[in-house]
Amino acid sequence: MEQQITCINCPVGCRMQVVIEDGEVKSVTGNSCNRGLAYARQECVAPQRMVTAVIPVADRKTPVSVKTRTPIPKEKIFACMRQLNQLHVTAPVHMGDVVCPNVCGTGVDVIATKTVD
Amino acid sequence: MLNAELRSQVQYVDVLIIGAGPAGMAAAIAAREAGVENLLVLEREQTMGGILRQCIHNGFGLHRFKEELTGPEYAQRDIDRVKELGIEVRCGTTVLSVDEDRFVTAVSRERGVQLFAAGAIVLAMGCRERPRGALATPGTRCAGVYSAGTAQKFVNLEGYMPGKRVVILGSGDIGLIMARRMTLQGAKVLACVELMPYSSGLNRNIVQCLHDYDIPLYLSHTVIDIQGRERLSGVTVAQVDENRQPIPGTEKHFDCDTLLLSVGLIPENELTQQAGVEMSPLTQGAIVDDSLQTSKEGIFACGNVLHVHDLVDFVSAESFKAGKAAAEYVQGKSRKGRRVSLKDGYGVRGVVPQRLLIPEGEAQPVQIMFRPAGVYENATLRVMDGEREVLRQRKRILTPGEMAELTLKPEQIQSLSGDVTICVEK
Repeated sequence: MEQQITCINCPVGCRMQVVIEDGEVKSVTGNSCNRGLAYARQECVAPQRMVTAVIPVADRKTPVSVKTRTPIPKEKIFACMRQLNQLHVTAPVHMGDVVCPNVCGTGVDVIATKTVD
Repeated sequence: MLNAELRSQVQYVDVLIIGAGPAGMAAAIAAREAGVENLLVLEREQTMGGILRQCIHNGFGLHRFKEELTGPEYAQRDIDRVKELGIEVRCGTTVLSVDEDRFVTAVSRERGVQLFAAGAIVLAMGCRERPRGALATPGTRCAGVYSAGTAQKFVNLEGYMPGKRVVILGSGDIGLIMARRMTLQGAKVLACVELMPYSSGLNRNIVQCLHDYDIPLYLSHTVIDIQGRERLSGVTVAQVDENRQPIPGTEKHFDCDTLLLSVGLIPENELTQQAGVEMSPLTQGAIVDDSLQTSKEGIFACGNVLHVHDLVDFVSAESFKAGKAAAEYVQGKSRKGRRVSLKDGYGVRGVVPQRLLIPEGEAQPVQIMFRPAGVYENATLRVMDGEREVLRQRKRILTPGEMAELTLKPEQIQSLSGDVTICVEK
């Protein structure tokens, strides 16, 4: 299987062709540096993304912003959002507090990125 | 002329900083670290942090902190440092006027009108989005048309969704970020429409905000009609030719209730102009020298009010310099030397700084930033002192979407004989 991807490491934005067989990257062409190669390997086999969102805080006008502590598999993004949309928290919430442990069974916690006193 | 009663109310401040976004906070930290005790920051909003507060996505701080932070996390690091240093910040305080003698009036709910005389001023008011009124958008004036940043504020700070079916005009970074944000929050983003043949957003945002969610990006397209009576009901999009004129027969219709505009940022310089500071029509910010001093002595400018940056990391770096320079100014460490101008040549728009002081003593390296005027692959940047080439640098790619930079070394600065031109080799 051949996949086309755009490199995100720098403004050049190389268009790379990646050949994948049995879930393994067989070849990468079109990249102009090693960073592109590394990105293509990760992106085509197990793409990951950070997810950021906001969660309502009881009795407060402003919601609290949150993020996954580390990137999660790309295909879990919407499941993660569905889980986060069910949540609400109560103040105080501190930056770094876990607001949702092990989101969608990814092993990754969702943490607050701001403090609401 | 102030009467005696008012004059007695004037507070003297060594360094007064206008704005407590990333630029103002960095300038304040640098000024305090350089030994300025009598320092005051005025901020219009109720809290510090500026626009970072609503930028809940990650990707900030890679250059400065070598890690990827969200906007609120990046801001918090500066807020913590400002508090640690005991810097006085008056939030909810709007500056009404600044004059060339560095006399400042401000107003707040708690204190009413406040008058200041400042030894030095750092302008750090940031920028605002180009509004609908600045575009010749056709169609009716129905509800449902927002700037991307306004939508971002609704969703991220107030917890409201501005609509369900969305078209985005312009492919600036805020528009791209909002395409993803609205999608994650359950809206359908139908298209991102860009007038130019290239996007003005960062590559990673095009991939991670549009490609990831199969949102089409229509380059060389624009919105030619906006329909709706009370609420937006749809837009018509058409391809444009090389003169940016719509091509008949290429129209596409989208049923949507929301149109977000991400069509550029404008430095917010009303106060700067009041103070009589000389402006650059290209950056829409002040003309500054390499210490970030404007044409008015003791008035400095940094961050997005000076020129619109791509990354907050660069705003902070520039603002640390401005804060330090303002401190040195009030401490009487004035710089002496020859002055030369830096000018835009072929392919270069909005060089900052526009002036350079060649000191009598040892020179420091000077970073020069600008936006390429077009897309240039395998380009060579040149710094010319008249006919003499001072610096030559290869760049794999230059695009208007990414600010370009060069650094002049001390010996190159000392060698300059007259005005300098930065250009792309034809």
